[in-house]
Amino acid sequence: MKILICVKQVPDMESRFKPDNAGVWFSDTDLAFRMNEYDEYAVEQAVQLREQLGDAADLTVLSIGPDRIVEALKKALAMGCDRAVHIQDPAAALKDPWQIAAIIAAFAKDKGFDLIFTGLQSQDRGSAQVGVTVAERLGFACTTTLVGFAFADGVITAKRELEGGVKGVVKLRTPALVTCQLGLNVPRYPTLPNIMKSKKKELVTIPVADLLHEEALAVTARFYPPAKKGGGIVLEGDVGDMAEKLIAILKEKTNVLR
Amino acid sequence: MKALLICEYREGKLLDSSFELFGFAAQLGGETALLLVGAEAQLPAYGGPLYLADAAECGEYNPDLHKQLILQAVAKENPDYIVFVHSSYGWDLAPRVAARLKAAQVSEVIGLTDGGFEVGCCNAKMRRTVKPTTAQAVLTIQAGAFPAQQPGGTPQIQRLVAEGGNGMEFVGYEPAEAKDVDLTRAEVIVSAGRGVGKKENVPVIAALARALGGELGASRPVVDAGWVEHSHQVGTTGQTVSPKLYVACGISGAIQHLAGMKKADFIVAINKDKDAPIGEIADVLVVADVLQFVPALTAKVAR
Repeated sequence: MKILICVKQVPDMESRFKPDNAGVWFSDTDLAFRMNEYDEYAVEQAVQLREQLGDAADLTVLSIGPDRIVEALKKALAMGCDRAVHIQDPAAALKDPWQIAAIIAAFAKDKGFDLIFTGLQSQDRGSAQVGVTVAERLGFACTTTLVGFAFADGVITAKRELEGGVKGVVKLRTPALVTCQLGLNVPRYPTLPNIMKSKKKELVTIPVADLLHEEALAVTARFYPPAKKGGGIVLEGDVGDMAEKLIAILKEKTNVLR
Repeated sequence: MKALLICEYREGKLLDSSFELFGFAAQLGGETALLLVGAEAQLPAYGGPLYLADAAECGEYNPDLHKQLILQAVAKENPDYIVFVHSSYGWDLAPRVAARLKAAQVSEVIGLTDGGFEVGCCNAKMRRTVKPTTAQAVLTIQAGAFPAQQPGGTPQIQRLVAEGGNGMEFVGYEPAEAKDVDLTRAEVIVSAGRGVGKKENVPVIAALARALGGELGASRPVVDAGWVEHSHQVGTTGQTVSPKLYVACGISGAIQHLAGMKKADFIVAINKDKDAPIGEIADVLVVADVLQFVPALTAKVAR
């Protein structure tokens, strides 16, 4: 069973974001990058499926971006993927979801993948489009927002998370693509021996121009911080002083402290 | 300008979020048409064209077939925009429709701004203005971003039928887990977020909840990590609460969490990150490490 996992490298969301020179995305300077959290669940689910199927499964992890994203690929290899594909694109952040999906589909189309895992969305862009669009381009069955996954006799049983805590259960046959929601599993930390082993695994680099033949369908005109609504009180400084101030505010504005 | 609005129907009910589509369309201006895979017994009061397919035949979750129904309505109406709610139904279905039409999709729209659409990014800390370059565009709107509206009137029903399903079978629904804690009745909720650091620190937050006579709440990452039971989760996939006081400890304020607690009368946020989105809706933002500040506050409250 050939499995593809698509991952993205994103900045730590605790970072302060500053617009780049063109004002259409964030400046990379001073940011720490990591694997998109949703994608960690995708990698973990693929690795668990390989533990179930043994050598019958083959795991390729793919990412698109500048050279720094190799770190995210290495993490996926250390978690248990067999090989990595780096689609080299210094300008990946300027591409729209349609183009990103086109690149992935162009890579996957003649490789005979049975199953593709992606995150539900990225933490930085959050469009939730790429996975579904890849499936649509490849003609794969597709379902999204997985919080449960099982595979038996060629059939995937997927549990989708719906609003209000309700779940929807879906069965689908391969070839299929599923997008993973937070909480699907517990992503493992790579162990030192597995990190060492992963250094010997194959990492292929492909220039993006070999795969991309689509124009963008949407453009970002501006990237900016939200307008501050104001009104809220901000407390800073000594912890003890702030606690006193907060208690005084709560006594004045609420009736919960008597 | 014309917008085709895609209503949502689940477990035999037209979802209230569908009415937010009308609120969005009112801001957009122009004509509208509606599409619903649902039941004739539950149609919104709306005086325009309504494309109706029977959920009993088409299934409530059968995205490939729903896509075909939407494409039929698009062919008849030729709308400029096809609009969904950004929900487990909308984000699953919209990209399929957009791909077939080769139309731009803009996800989770929160506003209209100079010729484009405003969307959140970077965990709601930043914004983008996105402009489609295609004549037709697919949009999903953020739940709660636009006011619900009841347009009134009687729809002109046009029935749609389609077959298909791309090898997918919907088995059924699983109800939400039974709630051993009813946060909806709590007057005070003190919630733990990822900033708490580890499971062993959750009692620090629970102690403040006790001192204030309230209940312990939690954000999604804390529940996913297994630090706190799901029954304490506040947000879109947990409980929606409106206490007199909500204290968010180390919670950045993802939109799914804000949707569950923004109706609280008074909101206190404790966060190291002064720019965290929770600060936007907090009445008081305490810029501090949760593990330093919360014990100090608990001691003073208990005194």
